Amino acid sequence: MGTSAEQYEGGRFRIADLPFRLLGKLGAGDDGAMQERLFRLTLLLAAIVVVGVVAATLVTLLIGSSASLKAFGFSFLTGTTWDPVSGVFGSLPFLVGTLVSSLLALLICIPFSLAISLFLGELFRQGPASTILKSAVELLAGIPSVIYGFWALLALVPIVRQLQIWLGVPPYGVGLFTASLILAVMIVPYSASIGREVIALTPAELKEAAYSLGATRFDVVRRVVLPYARSGITAGILLAWGRALGETMAVTMVIGNANVLPSGLFSPSNTMASVIANEFTEATGSLYLSSLIEIGLLLFLVTAVVNVIGKFFIRRWQTT
Amino acid sequence: MRERSIHLRNLQNQAFVVCVVLLSVLSIIPLAFILYQILHNGIASLNWEFLVSLPRPVGEEGGGIANAIVGTGLLIFLASLLAIPMGIAAGVYFSENSGSRLSYWGELSVEILQAVPSIVIGIIAYEWVVKPLHSFSAFSGGVALAIMMLPVIARTTQETLKLIPYSLKEAALALGVPYWRTLLKVVLPSALSGILTGILLGIARIAGETAPLLFTAFGNPFMNWNVARPIESLPLLIFNYATSPYPQWHTIAWGASLVLVILVLGLNLITRIVTARWKIQF
Repeated sequence: MGTSAEQYEGGRFRIADLPFRLLGKLGAGDDGAMQERLFRLTLLLAAIVVVGVVAATLVTLLIGSSASLKAFGFSFLTGTTWDPVSGVFGSLPFLVGTLVSSLLALLICIPFSLAISLFLGELFRQGPASTILKSAVELLAGIPSVIYGFWALLALVPIVRQLQIWLGVPPYGVGLFTASLILAVMIVPYSASIGREVIALTPAELKEAAYSLGATRFDVVRRVVLPYARSGITAGILLAWGRALGETMAVTMVIGNANVLPSGLFSPSNTMASVIANEFTEATGSLYLSSLIEIGLLLFLVTAVVNVIGKFFIRRWQTT
Repeated sequence: MRERSIHLRNLQNQAFVVCVVLLSVLSIIPLAFILYQILHNGIASLNWEFLVSLPRPVGEEGGGIANAIVGTGLLIFLASLLAIPMGIAAGVYFSENSGSRLSYWGELSVEILQAVPSIVIGIIAYEWVVKPLHSFSAFSGGVALAIMMLPVIARTTQETLKLIPYSLKEAALALGVPYWRTLLKVVLPSALSGILTGILLGIARIAGETAPLLFTAFGNPFMNWNVARPIESLPLLIFNYATSPYPQWHTIAWGASLVLVILVLGLNLITRIVTARWKIQF
């Protein structure tokens, strides 16, 4: 074990050896115990930092929102007035806005993502059609949120406005419904990719057994594939919901930014994420800022819980 | 189950297949629309002048996005500098000490961190960096993006190291190679392609992020190389210009969108090539 860094490398310099050489200098030619300890310490520190970032996030949000927590307590969740001028902050309009827009998006997204999952995982597992669809879904997942928002603003809003004129409701164009539409487009790839994976993993024996009993493809999907993949599909939907809850930019650009309880499906509204995006830099006064941070805290907790539950479903499916 | 005629069941089956295909095709129509509009509107404003000049005030013709391109590059560089070494080291720790209590909490933290809405990460970076330094800065934007990148890299590193056979490590250790050299010179190099994939995925994830930059990097209409000052980025510029009432700024936003889409989708494409070309096989 007596080889020091310099002897081993024979003096040749390579970029790849740089971290090793730096460690070697610190070890100063002993048997490498020093490097060993330093290396393990670095790994340990990095692991602690990862855990620390999450813990510190929670603590920071708690400290930041303490003023608002103290001032409003539980009524922060039930208050319907958001009035920075008189310093009254109730977040119910944003909770409702977030819940309605994300659930509506989920509702729109489910048939499409289920269809894509079945298309790729069961009906057409190979071939050019499947490759094209798969690449398209991956592209859809890669497009930045702000570009979805921009497109929705210029292309989707006029369409919704036409629809509203046709329906005889005030033609804002922007509002909850438009936000849900663009959210649905954005979350389809998440639930579809998880759905595809679990559906593709349905054991062939089960399907073959059903076919041999005279089942049609539809029967097999309904009675074998879907029951088998149920928890995985649920997980995909939950994870997509988590995405929809925290999605900021696209929603901010088309939801209309009205800090009141939405009165209908088309009314301008605000979500938790969009109100933070809109008002954080303009928040004057510590109570105002603190209230916005409390909304951030709620958002953090909700998405963390939804995701941990989603991952739990996936794990349960992986073990059975 | 009641007996039904085979014709009815066949019909039902065909209707089902048609439904699935129809819905699948319908769901990629928005993608076609988005890509078409970005290409159609973006190509018009895209030229060399656009890439190398600074934005002009409303009413003046021309102007470009050079400051945003530089800003996005600088932000990605800063975030990578912070997140890549940390993420790789954490991933190595989790895979080397799987089953330990710290690894359990670490993996949970990675999961949570991946799920944290980007706007909340903006708040965090604001509280950690902007507030103590009393100024919006490129550095704070880099920190925000690094927090988003960290879990991606830690996760992919850990997943990749799982694929490296234990015998490889044993062979090195049996030859008397110290543990840390085994990891640095044997295990990590053989996992290089997976780690590279993680880095590319991480960069692709943060390149298009706007929300965490709203109150950290903040935006800046001038060219800036100073990490202590506010800086423009492509997504921020698109957001500000797209929500402005001026058609001329919309044109610039389309051009910037095209540049950003090419960047992000290009990164995704490279990632796919890397995974396909250097698949880890033993």
